[in-house]
Amino acid sequence: MIDATSLDLFELNRKIKSVKGRKIVINNVLGQRFIGSGVEDKKSIEIYGTPGNALGAYLNNCDITVYGNAQDAIGDTMNSGSITVYGNSGDATGYAMRGGLIMIKGSIGYRGGIHMKEYREHKPVITVGGCAGNFLGEYQAGGIILVLGIGSEDKVPIGHYCGTGMHGGVIYVRSRFRPKHFPPQVLVEECDEQDAKVIEKYVRLYAERFNADAERLINSEYYKLVPNAKNPYKQLYTNN
Amino acid sequence: MPINYIYPKYDVVRDSTRCIKCGACMRQCANEVHSYDDELDVMKSDSMDCVDCQRCVSICPTRALKIIPAENRLRPNGSWSQDDIYEIYRQAEGGGVLLSSMGTPKNYPIYWDKMLINASQVTNPSIDPLREPMETRVFLGKKPGKLEFDRKGKITTKLGPHLELNVPIMFSAMSYGSISKNAHESLARAAEELGTYYNTGEGGLHKDFYKYGKNTIVQVASGRFGVHEEYLNAGSAIEIKMGQGAKPGIGGHLPGAKIREEVSRTRMIPMGADAISPAPHHDIYSIEDLRQLVFSLKEATNYTKPVIVKIAAVHNVAAIASGIARSGADIIAIDGFRGGTGAAPTRTRDNVGIPIELALASVDQRLRDEGIRNDVSIVVGGSIRNSADIVKAVALGADAVYIASAALMALGCHQCHSCHLGKCNWGIATQRPDLVKRLNPEVGYKRLVNLVNAWNYEIKEILGGMGINSIEALKGNRLMLRGVGLADKELEILGIKHAGE
Ligand code: SF4
Ligand code: SF4
Repeated sequence: MIDATSLDLFELNRKIKSVKGRKIVINNVLGQRFIGSGVEDKKSIEIYGTPGNALGAYLNNCDITVYGNAQDAIGDTMNSGSITVYGNSGDATGYAMRGGLIMIKGSIGYRGGIHMKEYREHKPVITVGGCAGNFLGEYQAGGIILVLGIGSEDKVPIGHYCGTGMHGGVIYVRSRFRPKHFPPQVLVEECDEQDAKVIEKYVRLYAERFNADAERLINSEYYKLVPNAKNPYKQLYTNN
Repeated sequence: MPINYIYPKYDVVRDSTRCIKCGACMRQCANEVHSYDDELDVMKSDSMDCVDCQRCVSICPTRALKIIPAENRLRPNGSWSQDDIYEIYRQAEGGGVLLSSMGTPKNYPIYWDKMLINASQVTNPSIDPLREPMETRVFLGKKPGKLEFDRKGKITTKLGPHLELNVPIMFSAMSYGSISKNAHESLARAAEELGTYYNTGEGGLHKDFYKYGKNTIVQVASGRFGVHEEYLNAGSAIEIKMGQGAKPGIGGHLPGAKIREEVSRTRMIPMGADAISPAPHHDIYSIEDLRQLVFSLKEATNYTKPVIVKIAAVHNVAAIASGIARSGADIIAIDGFRGGTGAAPTRTRDNVGIPIELALASVDQRLRDEGIRNDVSIVVGGSIRNSADIVKAVALGADAVYIASAALMALGCHQCHSCHLGKCNWGIATQRPDLVKRLNPEVGYKRLVNLVNAWNYEIKEILGGMGINSIEALKGNRLMLRGVGLADKELEILGIKHAGE
């Protein structure tokens, strides 16, 4: 147990790394950055308050839970483990993450899941309970982004320019309306059975964690956004 | 359409009195220029795909081959060169961005060649490096404002992490993927032997090379390929790539075809998938954001490794460098626009950025003016061709230099400017196993060691000639330089006097 009151980010992170034990709880967190970055031996970190930017950057094998909101760039280049936020999170959530699970109870800011990618057993997943801001899944190269739009059932819960530069992975959007206005790299498709299974799996995880109505969420309409061609960049060049 | 016909750039000339029809050229040319005609019993060639890499010329046992510029010319025109016209034909046909590789071949001024180095005569005696110790070791990283000692004379000031180089030369970033595994191994082993560093580039670090970690700089670029905790901790320093001299302002694209088994494992992306490095880091929109990435990397490595921020030399480089110096970075690497690349849009490569000499001079001056020069070290690259360039760079204010094109040349690169085709006949810019095999790392690393040792000796000799016995003492010592044939403004930016003054 650590009290973060009046500790700056250096002091707090030093403390986190020096505390023995694989499970820690941090109280009164107020904007300290980089929590969970470079912690090798910790299994779980519980945070009360609002952690600062780059929470869980390069995270490996550690589960972080935030009882509060999170700021920008959480899970930057994260490799494995999980980040669960009982609130909203800011811009660039899950930037370039390669593995693990990020679950946000509420909404996320701009550029969520930007440049996330997958590799073999690593398949990153971001589940967003509420809405996602503009540029969701920009340059996405792999992994799954699931946007549930809870409480925003009257509109499509993703912003503009979603999937710009997307060349891998998939985005699932729970929505009654077919999402529109995508860049040419993105295709909007109906979900098939395989997709439904994936959606169900992550919806159940979400519902369990945040006490949501799993059945209602599962029995909704979903759309699937995927990249348009296998190598969308290939045609762009002329050899000189 | 006949306009699509572009006459080959080169002619392959075979002296039939020398050719013994051994077929070596045919086996060696990955561009399949040479062939053997069974019926006529002659070696033939179709130079259409020849890139003038000189592989066949070098391998031919009887010196029967030469590659010469093709004589067929379009009607000469002072406004429209043949290249200009052919590029239009290509784009009219393909409709794409023109793609090239290596450094720009255009004739931009090379300021290194317009600066001359001083030597001492009569008053301040010159030093012979064979007789007297001469220091070319450099330390890169933040230098403390003052040093404190305890009563026994031991330093008590806490020094930040830094890099120690036996020679003021490092191998700059070239990713595994853009160059071959054997090329990487040659660089890594040479860095170890020389007591300096090579740089992984943005393609991750191959498992086999973790053992060279002490001499490795690991790079983090916008694509974050192969970046994970173990990787960050594997090297001695971390470089954040913001830009590259050959293609400032744009990202990278390693085509899916080059992502084979091992490259895929190292980059941690699926085989055959395109590896796109977006132009910007999408979490960096300001110096304050850069600071955040710098410190997230420091936090992930427990403040044990210096962080380098690499930028391309662009118009506002001095102001940008000043920001970087305040971001918590320990080293700034500046890459000039004549630097090489594995692939870049031709127009960007040939038109964007500024010469490294001017960028270096203005950055060093700016940081001095602001009193923050000692907060960071400066490393420059992008067209360092020889030891004299290095001496001039140090005199203009660099702490050390990065070399890449020169290093590849030591490994056999013949500057055919075709790296982006992935069929490098010298086993460097390719992933084709039969081609990679041609570069023997055992031989390659020794050639790199030879080159750098030779340069280091030349540096000592030139230093000695100036009566200076340590490279530190030359740093920023612009009085040791004079310009020739430079205009006032150029002299002013370089901060040097004209020869004769
Ligand atoms: S591409 Fe190289 S090996 Fe092939 S013909 Fe031309 S110079 Fe010879
Ligand atoms: S690395 Fe290979 S392909 Fe690239 S310029 Fe050198 S010889 Fe040509």
